[in-house]
Amino acid sequence: MIPSAAFLALAALLFVLGIIAFFVKKDLLTQFMAVEVMLNAGNLAFLALAKGFGRADGQMLVLFVITVAAAEAVIGLAIIVLVFRQRKTIRTDDLKDLKG
Amino acid sequence: MSDLFWLIPLVPGASAFILLVFGRRLPRAWVSWQAAGAVFLSLLLSAAAFIGLAGPGAEPQGLTKTLFAWIVSGSFRTAVAFHFDQLAAVMALVVTGVGFLIHVYSVGYMAEDGRYSRYFAFLNLFTFFMLVLVLAPDIVLMFVGWEGVGLCSYLLIGFWFDRPAAAKAGMKAFVVNRIGDAAFILGMLLLLASVGGGSFRTINDAAASGALAPGLATLAAILLFAGATGKSAQIPLYVWLPDAMEGPTPVSALIHAATMVTAGVYMVCRLSWLYAASPAASAAVAWVGAVTAVYAATMALVQNDIKRVLAYSTISQIGYMFIGCGVGAYAAGLFHLVTHAFFKSLLFLAAGSVIHALGGEQDMRRMGGLRKHLPVTYPVFLVGALAISGVPFLSGFFSKDAILTSAFAGGHYVLYGLGLAGAVMTAFYMFRLLFLTFFGPARSPEGAGRHVHESPRVMTVPLVILAAFSALAGFLGLPALFGERVYLFGRFVGWAFAPPSGHVSLSVEAVLMLTATASALLGIGLAFRMYRRSTEIPQRLARRFPALYRLLAGKYYVDEAYDAVVVRPLLRGSGWVYERFDLKVIDRTLDGTAAAARSAGRGLNVLQSGLVRDYALAFLLAAILFLGFLLI
Repeated sequence: MIPSAAFLALAALLFVLGIIAFFVKKDLLTQFMAVEVMLNAGNLAFLALAKGFGRADGQMLVLFVITVAAAEAVIGLAIIVLVFRQRKTIRTDDLKDLKG
Repeated sequence: MSDLFWLIPLVPGASAFILLVFGRRLPRAWVSWQAAGAVFLSLLLSAAAFIGLAGPGAEPQGLTKTLFAWIVSGSFRTAVAFHFDQLAAVMALVVTGVGFLIHVYSVGYMAEDGRYSRYFAFLNLFTFFMLVLVLAPDIVLMFVGWEGVGLCSYLLIGFWFDRPAAAKAGMKAFVVNRIGDAAFILGMLLLLASVGGGSFRTINDAAASGALAPGLATLAAILLFAGATGKSAQIPLYVWLPDAMEGPTPVSALIHAATMVTAGVYMVCRLSWLYAASPAASAAVAWVGAVTAVYAATMALVQNDIKRVLAYSTISQIGYMFIGCGVGAYAAGLFHLVTHAFFKSLLFLAAGSVIHALGGEQDMRRMGGLRKHLPVTYPVFLVGALAISGVPFLSGFFSKDAILTSAFAGGHYVLYGLGLAGAVMTAFYMFRLLFLTFFGPARSPEGAGRHVHESPRVMTVPLVILAAFSALAGFLGLPALFGERVYLFGRFVGWAFAPPSGHVSLSVEAVLMLTATASALLGIGLAFRMYRRSTEIPQRLARRFPALYRLLAGKYYVDEAYDAVVVRPLLRGSGWVYERFDLKVIDRTLDGTAAAARSAGRGLNVLQSGLVRDYALAFLLAAILFLGFLLI
């Protein structure tokens, strides 16, 4: 029986990995994947706590998050494809139109 | 039927709304029928309510219908309600009766106008507001009507707004009225504050019982009367009415002769106990009226524009009504209001028929000899002129005589003398107009007879009806000389007013009546001598007294004086404030604020690198800080 604290630790590790990946990578696609990792680290934390407290609402929430994440991933990927078509690049350093 | 009286104003109001919104898309015939029909329905409702009020088993205190509460604020509350009593009945019948005839006349007069539905929409809207004014049970709702008719007056004076003179005249009327209205508002607020309610009954009761301090009563009455001098074109605010003749002639007849300009007289009648409680205010009313009556008549003597003569005549006649009110003979003032509504709208409409026949010519120096060409307009005009001059047994004779007799009976001999002098001049300028227009050789440059034609039926039939009223309405108010019981008008409205003061014996009354007749005949005779018999006299007189003639023809240069004393200093002052304060203080403050915001933005936009990672870093740091804050 693996203690729920271990799941929590894994979730934290995944989250930090996601943050690092987001900051070191320079193309949108990888950064998007890093965001997904952080998201799923959050899911894992929900499950760990649900297991730890012996309650089902955390698991339920995870199901919702997965559903929404699916939709979000579709939109996010579509945006990336469109950005690439327009600009022929997805390097975030080249995309700085919002500079004031 | 008579309990439907609250629909009297609402029917023309609804019609005005429909015409304003959909008028452009409706066919002309529809517009004509709807506009005139709405006023006719109001007339029927008024007549039914009048019968309910005058007939057997009538409620002498009138009917009140409350539609809804309007302003409820602390102890002050006022409702939208209509009140139909004797005074309102007389006014409603005049407004809807004369109004209906003028609507019908307008169908012919405006037939070729491009903004036909707009015209009738405004005319209906005016009728609505005028009826609100008349049926209002309290001074606040009356003020709504008061302002509304002012607005419609502005819109209709400037109806041909593509003519600069018309647009200017509309603006002048509006601004001058606004000056009077400011005083009216002050008087109204003073009454609301000191009486604690705006209902006419409350105010009149407070004034009659002495609950309202005499000083306050005088102040409020004079402020309200100052408002009336604007609306009813009395000295010193009469200057807008002659210019208002730029509007279509039926408008002049309806608004600037028969109804709106008499609103001030109606207001004084409504608040008769307030004015009766203040001898000073009453004296002010009577004196302003008397001086205006003479003063305006002198200007009418030398005008050459047919409508302007009538405009000055209107100012003068309203002066008579105020003499009546000021000496306490409210019924006589109101009676003159009614007869004046008939004969003055008749004169205006007949003048409109003349102008129509001549294709827009308004200068009497280019008229003449129209008697033969206008077989209907000429006799009805003659009836109107005889009535306004006070020739016996026509309506104007009885009403003017009632006012002058009351002035004499009250011991106001100077007022009486002024009134008599005005009566001579009235007869003179009316017959001068008549002789110049209908008699003598045709002075039209292109030769009269070629284009001159009598107006269509739709215009002449209202003229004939009005002529009948002008001739016969006087018998509603036969003076005491003919028996106490025949004074129908006075008995009907009498209870609505503060009781009149002073009586004269029947023999004195007979003498006064003969004097009035003599003065009318004197004026007519003078006009006949100067404009029919020896037509060179006017020019000789003008050459003999050049200064006087210039003063009269220049309308005493009051417009110029107002321009120099009020308008131009105001413009210069406004210009100074604009340059010194608007540009230098307000604009600079705003520009400074904008510049500060702009430079602050420029300083802060260093933070906007456009790089996703920078934003994410800010995000992360904020999250860590927040987390640390939660944990510690």
